[in-house]
Amino acid sequence: MKKEALDDLSQVIPGDRMFLDLAERYCYSYDASFGEYLPEIVVQPKNAEEISEVVKLANTHKIPVYPRGSGTSLSGGPLPVKGGMVLDMTLLRDKLIIDRENMLAIVSPGVITANIHKKAEEAGLFYPPDPSSSNVATIGGNLLENSSGPKGLKYGTTKEYVIGLEVVTPTGEIIRTGGKTVKNVTGYDLTRLIVGSEGTLGIVTEAIIRLIPKPLSKQTFVAHFNHLIDSGHAITSILSSGILPSALELMDNACIRAVESYRPSGLPLQAEAILIIEIDGHPLAIEEEINKCADICRTEGASYVKIAETEEERQTIWSARKLVSPAITQMGPTKISEDATVPRNQIPAMMEKLNNIREKYGLNLVVFGHAGDGNLHPNIITDKRNITEMKKVELAVSEIFEAAIELGGTLSGEHGIGTLKSPYMEMELGITGVNMMKKIKEAWDPNNILNPGKIFPDKGQTKVVLVT
Amino acid sequence: MNLPVKPNETNTAVQNLYSDAYDWTNQCVKCGYCLPACPTYESMGVESASPRGRINLVKMAAEGKIDFQKDLAEPIDLCLGCRACETACPVGVPYGHILEAAKEAVENSPSANQKNKMTKIKKLALVHLFPYPKRMNRIGSAVHLYQKTGLSKLIRTSNVLQKVSPALAHLEQALPAIESSSKRIRTGTIMPAKGETKLKVAFFAGCIMDSMMSRINRLTIELLNIAGCEVILPENQNCCGALHSHQGETKQAKALAKRNIQAFMQSDSDVIVNNAGGCGASLIEYGHLLADDHEWAGAAKDFSEKSKDISQILYQLGPLPFTEEWQGIVSYQDSCHLRNVQKVQKEPRLLLQSIPGVSYVEMEGFDRCCASGGIYNLLHFDESMKILDEKMKNLKETKATTIVTVNPGCQMQMSIGIQREGAANQMKSMHLVEILAKACGLD
Repeated sequence: MKKEALDDLSQVIPGDRMFLDLAERYCYSYDASFGEYLPEIVVQPKNAEEISEVVKLANTHKIPVYPRGSGTSLSGGPLPVKGGMVLDMTLLRDKLIIDRENMLAIVSPGVITANIHKKAEEAGLFYPPDPSSSNVATIGGNLLENSSGPKGLKYGTTKEYVIGLEVVTPTGEIIRTGGKTVKNVTGYDLTRLIVGSEGTLGIVTEAIIRLIPKPLSKQTFVAHFNHLIDSGHAITSILSSGILPSALELMDNACIRAVESYRPSGLPLQAEAILIIEIDGHPLAIEEEINKCADICRTEGASYVKIAETEEERQTIWSARKLVSPAITQMGPTKISEDATVPRNQIPAMMEKLNNIREKYGLNLVVFGHAGDGNLHPNIITDKRNITEMKKVELAVSEIFEAAIELGGTLSGEHGIGTLKSPYMEMELGITGVNMMKKIKEAWDPNNILNPGKIFPDKGQTKVVLVT
Repeated sequence: MNLPVKPNETNTAVQNLYSDAYDWTNQCVKCGYCLPACPTYESMGVESASPRGRINLVKMAAEGKIDFQKDLAEPIDLCLGCRACETACPVGVPYGHILEAAKEAVENSPSANQKNKMTKIKKLALVHLFPYPKRMNRIGSAVHLYQKTGLSKLIRTSNVLQKVSPALAHLEQALPAIESSSKRIRTGTIMPAKGETKLKVAFFAGCIMDSMMSRINRLTIELLNIAGCEVILPENQNCCGALHSHQGETKQAKALAKRNIQAFMQSDSDVIVNNAGGCGASLIEYGHLLADDHEWAGAAKDFSEKSKDISQILYQLGPLPFTEEWQGIVSYQDSCHLRNVQKVQKEPRLLLQSIPGVSYVEMEGFDRCCASGGIYNLLHFDESMKILDEKMKNLKETKATTIVTVNPGCQMQMSIGIQREGAANQMKSMHLVEILAKACGLD
């Protein structure tokens, strides 16, 4: 980093929140995805004004800026791929106001998402988006990656809940978008544009998020299927029966086997799929609905159905799902976690395509995910030191995305595009579609300062490169 | 994209770390689930003070990308070793093992110059003091004399220690009143059970526990006796070696472990009981420590399997014959090594709740390290106090008058916290054994 740039920066940020030493820079060189890029400097701002000044300086000195929350991104969102400056946003965590009358939360971007869940519930309210990283991830990161978790099926994704933002633009101005009203049709909807922009269009410094009344109770059941196709039919039958579960999760046979060999708990090894279904709402309503869903599963050929009668039984059902991650990482040290998403009637077809990809490349590929909204998580477990296998993984990943797009789906349901999926953007959006997005980026960020190297592929890049 | 390659270096520290810990660091999927569990990440707010950051730095060092002294030593040194990250980790990364391998590599790296080598105090204590029960006893007697003669009062009122080292001054005040050596139970003694003998127990006395807190050891044995245990105090036992492992002195830790295994395996007992979370964690990991040593691996594994915390045994044999009612609210601070390594959480709580009259209140953040961390509070006084002060806020909210721990370090740290709050008149810190013994009329 040039001396003048550093001198200017020291005028804005005190030395104890600015790191140039190798150890600290290495600590911000990764996220939960794949890849490692060493930044030149790490800065921990404390408020919007500091960020505004830093971004203005970055424009003057042409330094790339990479905003970062807790670094739980699975798509490479905060990776400093072009060097430059990582902006660690975790110190902006002062504000978490629950406004009961307006059913809103006003939050700083560095607040941990689970704390919003907790505070909202204490007020009898509910913030539904719940990525599995919610105990760690910051709300700012969640908003910019538009990550949602299993409740998207009934409650929609993160973008449905953000109604107002304070943002530092890529040129360093501080603007406000939206506001505190649920209805707002004034001008372009910049809030929606920024949410899910993966930090390429602005740095969120405050967010106003909508809350809803907390459901009174919930019930859960598990169903085992000997044939994957039957579980697919069960999903579509439930969803067309007029019942909307709050979660509908699927584990495939490879997942079941992995969990069972990791911690034997009586899961059916012969089953091709397990569905976990949760319903929330008024106790009287869900009593009837859960029985109806269980009946549908039986009719569609489930070999075993169990409705949890106690909280302990409920936890036991969910523990199988929660053990998936630890179980599959026993198969190898590198985990490539995708979130290709298809229309839900295409889930059986997608599962079949994934099966073919597994056979074709001979990879450890397991599938689980939020089946109710078509958001599947094919995970490939490998070892990045095994170059031959990694080359196969690259091909398999390409085919997974192709399969999703062919079936009318999308590259990403909740992880974002980041570095890993940018080569496939044209496949989903077409050249013109991608160019339209690029024009927006260029208009907002003429110097390409904010999170460069994300969403859009480098010239000539047509597939993901995991090893060189 | 940078790919990890086997370091092509002649640097033996790099190679050792690569062969000892590299595979473990590779198990980390960098999900970050450990971040909220880590007290130093919370108090320092930088990734290098988090488990994920530290694991990655160890990996970088093993790949030869960073320097052991310049880049790795400090982040590793600032870790409390509470291992709360291990319980939060969804994929079971063995953080404790990585930490110890890293400490050993830092200590033995060629770039470690004299200045960076173990400080003199550390070396003196670890190499020449803790391993020798007789020397520890002499210190215990000296402190007893120091407290009895009024020298302690003089030192306190003169404030001289505060000027030398605030850390030492705090510790001096937190020291419990030490019993005279005449009350200490001699090794080799067998103490029969009161009534029917339900269990034959060998007691691990520890080094600091034995010298500075011999009263707690004596009460432990008396409690075991009234619970139906025949207790033997095997001869030739010594320090568990935990502090040595934590400071990268693995060779010495192994030697101490072997001497203990030899001492205890000769005693014909059903279980080996200890009363200090940190020591207990070290004892149950002898199996791991000596796994590569063909001669000792089997015995080490047996030893570890037989090792139990005092709370487990008292709970198993309970209920205890209580004779006195306790007044006031009691809260419990988990010992990290008891909770996170030995996985003992419910027994101390259930024992406390079983004392007549006790009103038990759980403290917010009970599972959070108190930042005593072996000798962390001496080596990193300011960082330690920051974490402790947060804990004291939570403790005050419980309105507890007694805070109970199961580790001497935690107990002294909580005493320091009480002093810092100026709350010595309203609150005291006790070892679980002390409060149980009092309620059983043993004290």
